Amino acid sequence: MFSQFKYWEPYISPFDPCPPIRVKSYSTPPNLYINFQPPGMPQFKTPKQALLHGTLWPDLYSPYPNPAKRGDQLE
Amino acid sequence: MWYYEKKLQYPVKVRDCNPRLAKYLIEQYGGADGELAAALRYLNQRYTIPDKVVGLLNDIGTEEFAHLEMIATMVYKLTKDATPEQLKEAGLGAHYANHDRALFYQNAAGDPFTATYIQAKGDPIADLYEDIAAEEKARATYQWIINMSDDPELNDSLKFLREREVIHSLRFREAVEILKDERDRKKIF
Repeated sequence: MFSQFKYWEPYISPFDPCPPIRVKSYSTPPNLYINFQPPGMPQFKTPKQALLHGTLWPDLYSPYPNPAKRGDQLE
Repeated sequence: MWYYEKKLQYPVKVRDCNPRLAKYLIEQYGGADGELAAALRYLNQRYTIPDKVVGLLNDIGTEEFAHLEMIATMVYKLTKDATPEQLKEAGLGAHYANHDRALFYQNAAGDPFTATYIQAKGDPIADLYEDIAAEEKARATYQWIINMSDDPELNDSLKFLREREVIHSLRFREAVEILKDERDRKKIF
């Protein structure tokens, strides 16, 4: 399984004018890891759930903002 | 030809009167990576793309118009009852002078929409790769707008639109897979 967000640590200069954001992150949604959707992927239980997520398949759902976001990170 | 269904693809609710957010949202209306550019790009490309993926471009291009309508609704709700003074404070003074509260196809910086936002190279792979890039850029634009918005109900609709960009990107990737597939080779499943 892949992770939906990746993290990196930019160089922090002692002379940065703004308080540094030590960890930066970016979204890596599921479409990056699937070339072709396989048949028979499990779907959401109800149509309403699917509508609220914007897709029929839980495996294609990409959360945003990062649910695991910490205070020291920037999206 | 299209049939019109008189409802939005996903409900649009706006909690706060916040004309400034409308200024940012207009990026998805008439910006380079906005919904108008996307709809026109796909619906234009479908004429010269191999027939196996014409339907896909048709479907996604049509859905982009449904998204455009949602963005328009958001912008309209955020500005319709704002006073000229509020619009001025939100950085929309120049817009008000020119357009009153009317929507206009422009980006967040006020540049009018231009056809140069849309590429049509005629090469199926080049065009589809552009479409994939366009979806990722639109996804990123939604992220930056969500980051600036603290309206939970509006963000809910924006998250829906962002997820659709993810799905569209996957569908365009699948279109590339279909076009690069070796048709004559025997496949064993």
